[in-house]
Amino acid sequence: MSTPSPAVPTLAVFKLASCDGCQLTLLDCEDEFLALAGRVRIAHFPEASSSVDPGPYDLGLVEGSVTTPDDARRIREIRAQCRVLVTIGACATAGGIQALRNFADVEEFRRTVYARPDYIETLATSTPVSAHVDVDFELRGCPIDRGQLLEVLTAFLAGRKPDVPNHSVCFECKRRGTVCVTVAHGTPCLGPVTHAGCGAICPAYGRGCYGCFGPSGSVNLPALIPLLHRDGLDDPATERFLRTFNAAAFDTCDNESGKEVRP
Amino acid sequence: MSERRTTAVLDRTGLDALVQVLRARGRTVIGPTVRDGAVVLADLATAEELPFGWGTEVEAGRYRLVPRADGAAFAHTTGPQSWKAFLHPEREKVWDADRTADGRLSVAEAPRARPSYAFLGVRPCDLRAVAIQDRVLAGGRYQDRGYRERRAGAFLIAAECTEPGATCFCVSMGSGPGADAGFDLALTELVDETGHRFHVRAGSDAGDELLAEVPHRPAEPETQAAARDAVDAARERMGRAMPPVDLRTLLGDSLEADRWDDVAARCLTCGNCTMVCPTCFCTTTEEITDLTGDHAERWQRWDSCFDLDFSYLHGGPVRASARSRYRQWLTHKLSTWYEQFGSSGCVGCGRCITWCPVGIDITEEASALHDELAARLRRHDQEGENGRKESEP
Repeated sequence: MSTPSPAVPTLAVFKLASCDGCQLTLLDCEDEFLALAGRVRIAHFPEASSSVDPGPYDLGLVEGSVTTPDDARRIREIRAQCRVLVTIGACATAGGIQALRNFADVEEFRRTVYARPDYIETLATSTPVSAHVDVDFELRGCPIDRGQLLEVLTAFLAGRKPDVPNHSVCFECKRRGTVCVTVAHGTPCLGPVTHAGCGAICPAYGRGCYGCFGPSGSVNLPALIPLLHRDGLDDPATERFLRTFNAAAFDTCDNESGKEVRP
Repeated sequence: MSERRTTAVLDRTGLDALVQVLRARGRTVIGPTVRDGAVVLADLATAEELPFGWGTEVEAGRYRLVPRADGAAFAHTTGPQSWKAFLHPEREKVWDADRTADGRLSVAEAPRARPSYAFLGVRPCDLRAVAIQDRVLAGGRYQDRGYRERRAGAFLIAAECTEPGATCFCVSMGSGPGADAGFDLALTELVDETGHRFHVRAGSDAGDELLAEVPHRPAEPETQAAARDAVDAARERMGRAMPPVDLRTLLGDSLEADRWDDVAARCLTCGNCTMVCPTCFCTTTEEITDLTGDHAERWQRWDSCFDLDFSYLHGGPVRASARSRYRQWLTHKLSTWYEQFGSSGCVGCGRCITWCPVGIDITEEASALHDELAARLRRHDQEGENGRKESEP
């Protein structure tokens, strides 16, 4: 194996609170992995190799959310070491499933779940990386899409903007010819408010989108919620549907519909 | 062409023979079939795959398949796809670029997929939609080569409409329910005491020639009359209607209407209406590089005026609000389309009503805009009247 030239950019992969599924997506790029390894030097990727080079790094991928004081400290270090920082997955971009604690009493969880609660050092909330440091690009999904990850990496190498549209999952259903599960079956679906990127997998198998990619660029929840109610979700179920993967991300997106932006 | 076109009657066996002859000639036969609780358009191996015995019940934002006792194959309304999925596919490669050994770039136009299509069961509204896309994509100075080539080789078999749905309004748009032009063959399905049969009219030399290859019997006057009556009856049973006004000027005079705020509050901006619309043609281009950086591709893919990125210029989207995006869609569809392409962009198929998850109804929006404009003009007249009275001595 030839020694990479110094001009080859370095790639580092980090993990905070997460299930590892998003960084596994990188290892799942089997057909492209050798080509990638020829274009970047993988300097820090503990899941793939115990050989770790010190920073700084040209591109850092961060999976996971900030849930402990140590995470909060570490993400600042990571940011300081990475020229470009890209967060990958619902945990890193919105807090993830573990952000369900944000709507509950974490102290109660600690007492109920752990035999020795005093061993557990945790923050009251699970927060996205962007709540702590500047992030250059957020790649959504639980887990992220392999094709989109490759697109982000190739775009970085070519010095261009990644082609990651922020329109709704409905675009993807219609493009692949999937019959609308809400209109034709009365199935609750978050597709109309969810960020595209997965290729609309769930509706293709007859189930509603559960919003794991988080809000699209143009969300009108007040228009969607009556449909979810009509299709059988009560208020608590609707709330749970919207918050399971991306915490409060749907609640907090701006509803700009109805307002004309006039110069 | 002055020679008389063939008219004939096919039974179900004849219809299947039609499919087989087309397939034997190397054509990909696309037609309606049942999948995932809807009538979709797909590659048919035999006429038996047509949705015999299935009808549809539709409303704004709702679509259900319902069994039909009569076994009819073309008694359903328009489904979630249109023929544009085949003629104007959602994604198509435009060119490849490679870095050559001497460091230069070589760019090559991508070969277009050019299946030899036969479309079976094209509704008259959709025939009109194909004609509109012909004008848009192959009629002007800048032609879409892939579309033009696929379209030029396509064989169109219309199915006249005898069972309009609750969201249909082709009569308002002058595009149905009968087929008058733009087809190679036009079928009218009849199921009555005489049996299940298809009245067929040829609309082109290719249609005449194909019909000769298929077992059929001559069209007796009774069947011809029954076919005409069935289509005439459908004309009276449209589920929706546009307000009987000049929509082109209505939309042109409604740019500042309050109704846009009302519809924007209900609109998900999900883009479904534009994706299901048989005439919406907008695309964007994406450039893809591979990991080596030595190969790039340009692809064209469907886009929508509801996509924020669609109007993105430096600094942000021009049409950021839902109000401005819905207004763009409706105004283009019903009004500025005339200036651009010489016709309306709407054919009255009702897909945007049925497949809008929240059931926004283009005919209801047009009526509301009409009511608002009429009220504004009345107020204006009133004020003018009062003004004149006040100025009298």
